[in-house]
Amino acid sequence: MVKGAFKRLVEVGRVVFINYGDDTGKLAVIVDIIDHNRALVDGPTTGVARHSHPFKRLTLTDHVIEKFPRGAGSSIVKKFFENQKILNKWHNTAWAKKLDNRKKRAALTDFDRFKLLKLKKQRRYILQKEVAVLKKAKA
Amino acid sequence: MGRLHEYQVVGRKLPSAKVPVPRLYRMRLFAPNEVVAKSRFWYFLKKLKKVKKAAGELVSINEIFEKRPLQIKNYGIWLRYDSRSGTHNMYKEYRELTRTDAVEACYQDMSSRHRARFSSIQIIRVGELKTATVRRPYIKQLLTPALKFPLPHRVARGTKSTFLGKRPSTFY
Repeated sequence: MVKGAFKRLVEVGRVVFINYGDDTGKLAVIVDIIDHNRALVDGPTTGVARHSHPFKRLTLTDHVIEKFPRGAGSSIVKKFFENQKILNKWHNTAWAKKLDNRKKRAALTDFDRFKLLKLKKQRRYILQKEVAVLKKAKA
Repeated sequence: MGRLHEYQVVGRKLPSAKVPVPRLYRMRLFAPNEVVAKSRFWYFLKKLKKVKKAAGELVSINEIFEKRPLQIKNYGIWLRYDSRSGTHNMYKEYRELTRTDAVEACYQDMSSRHRARFSSIQIIRVGELKTATVRRPYIKQLLTPALKFPLPHRVARGTKSTFLGKRPSTFY
């Protein structure tokens, strides 16, 4: 057993991503742990009301708010969240970028898809030309 | 929110020539609605005093709401329940946000662990506990300072499709 194999822990100050429910897709902070199934979660910056949320309906992120006081009120959560620029850190992660891309893809209009098709074809053409040259060189 | 509500029910015997202003009796009960609350009030009152619904009247019934529903509290519940072969007292602890949540958890717990139904359980007392007075180890373990733990075996519930390209990972 590798000790410290679990990097993401449920702890006061851990930033979580809500998977299911009214606040799906939003970030929140674990303000206090109720028991092994639920945490008291709050996200004033991201629009998550303070409430008890089960662990099965959220995912832990890599971000933790440093030195976060247990059970702190919503205004304190907001202050810490904004001071430590959690949203910025989050938007720079590959996870957030992937989610963003998915949203963009889902929101494409038919014209956008046409433009995408054209761009992909252009890229493919450039790439395949190079591949053909390299293949010939190898042969 | 939740199945149970807490009610304050006040009732008294009907005024008579001998006792024109009877004593008021007040109870705090947990019930799914006012109808059941009133019914349970008379059920308990009959056990404690010589009065029945036909000879008494309900003075008031009010719902009691949780003062701080966003603060986690440790509740100790003292109860009395009928098992198949006798009646027993019990003390259980729950870590919840509201009194009604704790009592609801208690009823669910009693029904799962002891097959005791709502009608066989009498909640004697629900009290908020200070950290020092918590008795049960399963609650104490959650009260350690700077508690932190991982979520080890994450089971992916409900994949959107029957077939997947890769085996799902349980590590997060």
